[in-house]
Amino acid sequence: MLYREAGQFKTSYAKDLAIFPIRQDRWFIALVLIFFGLVVPLIANDYWLKSILIPLLVSSLAAIGLNILTGYAGQLSLGTAGFMAVGAFAAYNFNIRVPELPLIVDFILAGLCAALVGMVFGLPSLRIKGFYLAVATLAAQFFIEWVLTHFGWFTNYSSSGVISAPPMKMFGFAVESAVEKYLLTLGVVLVMALAAKNMVRSSAGRAWMAVRDKDISAEVIGIPLMKTKLTAFGVSSFYCGVAGALWTYCYLGTVEPAAFDLARSFLILFMIIIGGVGSILGSFLGAAFIGLLPIFLNNMAATIGHGTLQADTMANLEHVIFGGLIIFFLIVEPHGLARLWQIAKEKLRLWPFPY
Amino acid sequence: MTFFFEVLIGGLLAGVMYSLVALGFVMIFKASGVFNFAQGALVLFAALTFVGFMEKGLPFWVAMAVTLAVMMGSAILIERFVLRPLVNQPPITLFMATIGLSFLLEGLGQGLWGSQVRALDIGIEDLPFDVLGMTFSKFDFFAAGCAALLVGALVLFFNKTRVGLALRAVADDHQAALAVGIPLQFVWAVVWAVAGLVALVAGLLWGSRLGVQFSLSLVALKALPVLILGGFTSIAGAIVGGLIIGASEKLAEVFIGPYFGGAIENWFPYMLALAFLLIRPQGLFGEKIIERV
Repeated sequence: MLYREAGQFKTSYAKDLAIFPIRQDRWFIALVLIFFGLVVPLIANDYWLKSILIPLLVSSLAAIGLNILTGYAGQLSLGTAGFMAVGAFAAYNFNIRVPELPLIVDFILAGLCAALVGMVFGLPSLRIKGFYLAVATLAAQFFIEWVLTHFGWFTNYSSSGVISAPPMKMFGFAVESAVEKYLLTLGVVLVMALAAKNMVRSSAGRAWMAVRDKDISAEVIGIPLMKTKLTAFGVSSFYCGVAGALWTYCYLGTVEPAAFDLARSFLILFMIIIGGVGSILGSFLGAAFIGLLPIFLNNMAATIGHGTLQADTMANLEHVIFGGLIIFFLIVEPHGLARLWQIAKEKLRLWPFPY
Repeated sequence: MTFFFEVLIGGLLAGVMYSLVALGFVMIFKASGVFNFAQGALVLFAALTFVGFMEKGLPFWVAMAVTLAVMMGSAILIERFVLRPLVNQPPITLFMATIGLSFLLEGLGQGLWGSQVRALDIGIEDLPFDVLGMTFSKFDFFAAGCAALLVGALVLFFNKTRVGLALRAVADDHQAALAVGIPLQFVWAVVWAVAGLVALVAGLLWGSRLGVQFSLSLVALKALPVLILGGFTSIAGAIVGGLIIGASEKLAEVFIGPYFGGAIENWFPYMLALAFLLIRPQGLFGEKIIERV
């Protein structure tokens, strides 16, 4: 009843190709956008913007990147954080070494650098797959971390190996306060999410999915495997690279290579498993879930335990709950939260008159 | 030259320890086709449980037996609640499930027994001794002996016992094994229990070397290049791979490392394995998969 497409006819090709062909979807998206673009900057305080919403958006972007590679092209990667690190340090280096470049160009160049590195580490995917590939991407993770720690040039010879993002300027405006940073992040994430949504329904995305479902059949119907796999690695790493740059510039401010360790790669993998493998919406849902769960747990513990629970107990509890949830989701709902959303929409078509 | 051999043999002995962890992976992969990322967590969990019981005042062998029982119990639970619901899922799903499992085990182990670093003394002193003018660690030789014993026992188990044969049948083809009346669930529980035993031995040896702490579960990551070198399905491969990784990593660190600012141990094995994959994707002893893509 609430969500019914009856009476909405597709009378032109443009309507047939629309991303959100149903009116209710468009309204819903518009409401969400208005809420996060206009209402949130007005009502949210610095804590919410800085420590919750910005990291959440940036992790969604990284999750979209991983989802393109793992969810759409079927190549498992454990090196996500490594590619983020490449983006972060590339943006920093472009920014301080070529100050004339506008910040947005720095971000794009950072993404391109990450894409290049990603494609190099994606090369083995042409010969190896599955677990072997996972180990190959693990090599990327450790190697990148080591390079960034051991070669001073990347950190501009800072003695502690930590880089601090210089003040940001975007189109002549200084981006300083939490609200401005939030809006910048939101803008970048929205544009890139829209691009991803379109990419996966274009010929590139369909080629990725064909390779994911069966590489031999894909090749038989004329999809060039090498090109497809490498573009998947490239595009995915581009997203991760931009996410890494945003992570440094908009969220942390100062960052060291160890901030992009294996644990972060795993967290992003968890985001897409819980959110939904092969779904752009799922990347956002998963990032929100994984990002908010520890905060929720901490608050719960504070109310119930009256501060009797110690920090390391909480950390362990978090581990147990994350692990348990991963197994639970893989067993009960392998398509994640995105699938639950879809089911809800299908139910809403008939509700409240199911017959 | 003496120094070279000292480094080489030290590396080989360290490699034996990697092989021990890799063995656990190989066994589970052979028997159920699951790439068990949680092996490292199992090692940590076993070591923590053992130390925990030792601290409660149990004597060595009793603690060992109790820990073994705990590992078997967890094997049965893992089979019941993780593997059984995921039968017939694509291998990558099972792999991700074991990543979840590893988080669960790490959190559980540290939550139950505490996450501070603890020393573990299994009664073998880490004394240096000299052979032909080269200095070695006595402990390393003891570890190598343990590994050899374990491998011998496993080979016998796999090749000579009924359960071992059933394990190999299941590894070959789940459905065919079911068809000839092999109980799949039982076999999986057994194989996870055996992997738990291997994890316990590895945990004890590594734990007395590094102290029982979180980084034990990271040692398992080092076992991944070992597996790639040796192949996922071969016990001999795990041993040889471990030796190669151990030796090459130490040699690279000592002789090449200084030119790059050191600490190349962290990634060298992976790169070696990666280079190796390009030449021989199935590893040294792995089963050749013929695929033309």
